[in-house]
Amino acid sequence: MDNTTTLLGLLGTGASYGYDLKSRYDRWFGLKKPLAFGQVYTTLTRLMRNGWIVAIGAEAGAGPERKRYGITPAGRARVLEWIFTPEVPSETLQSDLFAKTIIALLLGDDAGRLLDLQRSRHMARMRELTNEKRGAGLAVVLACDHALFHIEADLRWIDLTAARLSQLQAEVKK
Amino acid sequence: MNKVETISMSARAPENGSAPLLSARGLRLAFGLTEALRGIDLDCHAGEIIAVTGPSGSGKSTLLHVLAGVLVPDEGTVDYDTVRLTDLDEAGRSRLRLDKFGFVFQYGQLLPDLNAVDNVTIPLLLAGVKRREARRRADAWLDRLGLGECSRKLPGQLSGGQAQRVAIARALATKPTLLFTDEPTGSLDSLAAETVMLALTEAARDANTAVILTTHDPRTAAYADREVVVRDGQITIGGAYG
Ligand SMILES: Nc1ncnc2c1ncn2[C@@H]1O[C@H](COP(=O)(O)OP(=O)(O)OP(=O)(O)O)[C@@H](O)[C@H]1O
Ligand SMILES: [Mg+2]
Repeated sequence: MDNTTTLLGLLGTGASYGYDLKSRYDRWFGLKKPLAFGQVYTTLTRLMRNGWIVAIGAEAGAGPERKRYGITPAGRARVLEWIFTPEVPSETLQSDLFAKTIIALLLGDDAGRLLDLQRSRHMARMRELTNEKRGAGLAVVLACDHALFHIEADLRWIDLTAARLSQLQAEVKK
Repeated sequence: MNKVETISMSARAPENGSAPLLSARGLRLAFGLTEALRGIDLDCHAGEIIAVTGPSGSGKSTLLHVLAGVLVPDEGTVDYDTVRLTDLDEAGRSRLRLDKFGFVFQYGQLLPDLNAVDNVTIPLLLAGVKRREARRRADAWLDRLGLGECSRKLPGQLSGGQAQRVAIARALATKPTLLFTDEPTGSLDSLAAETVMLALTEAARDANTAVILTTHDPRTAAYADREVVVRDGQITIGGAYG
């Protein structure tokens, strides 16, 4: 999953120290594997270089853990672009979609819309694969079937998440 | 008899600009306090295959019935070609359904005492086709849907998938311009569902029949040219012009 943009998205809810940012990340996305401190700071440096965040309120020369980081308008625009650009259907999509959904809810962006856009992208791919099967040999048909079942699994997750969105919204607000 | 002869559009979703075959605007319908449809706009072009999907209870079947003139909306209009369906009385709507529309539903649609080929022959006779010719066409339809072996069987002797294909043959035999089908693969396993959808979409394309179907199953929906998603009585994806 895209850790960089996810961290940027979390900063969208308000300026934060690196340590707090890590805790907020771990609450939603670190269940299996918490983020390493080193990774937080290398990511923040990269985000700063891109002009998506700025360091605020620390004296010159202070170490990175003494600084607070805040998102810039360009950074916020980058988050929106990320949220509303559907992903190419793949077998490891769930973590990205989950991250986008949580960030969208945290920022008050339209999480339902991002799920709808992704659903359309998935259905379009399913239609392509279904058309490929018409009149094809069995080897092609079976390969397409395999791809179809995987995409369908994502799609069912998308539908279920859409149906649970208000419940998830309440949880995010806690 | 051949109502589609005058329409020579491609079976694919047409270019923007051509007039839709069926056009619904602002559809609302409540059952008591339940608002089943809450402002729906939808166009279907000649030969187009549309899948209506969405959660259970979102209003898919209700929408299908309103589009087909089976249910009358509280508000909004449905235009079929140049006819305003929502202004017709029950007799007018029923005549239109008989002349132009085909229907395939999940259960109980075949006449149980008639064999497969007779079930397909009946609507042709009703449409005024001579007995012999009707019989010949019914046999041809069953063959094309892979049911040649089953033509003398009674509905009770057919599997669910076979019965569904007979129902498709019956619905398409009169070459309707528009076929409505509610959960056509609802009770079928994956392979039977595929056989039915392949047969349905290919036969509909050949006859240039437009299809509006509802389904829970993404794989069934993937046979359509486009998908319309209904949530809480509103279309969230794929509205009027797709
Ligand atoms: N004849 C009726 N009388 C009262 N309420 C109805 C009637 N038909 C449908 N409803 C209600 O309208 C809403 C939409 O129902 P509809 O059957 O259109 O949903 P659906 O999307 O087809 O669901 P499913 O996927 O379960 O078939 C539901 O809340 C349902 O309870
Ligand atoms: Mg229904």
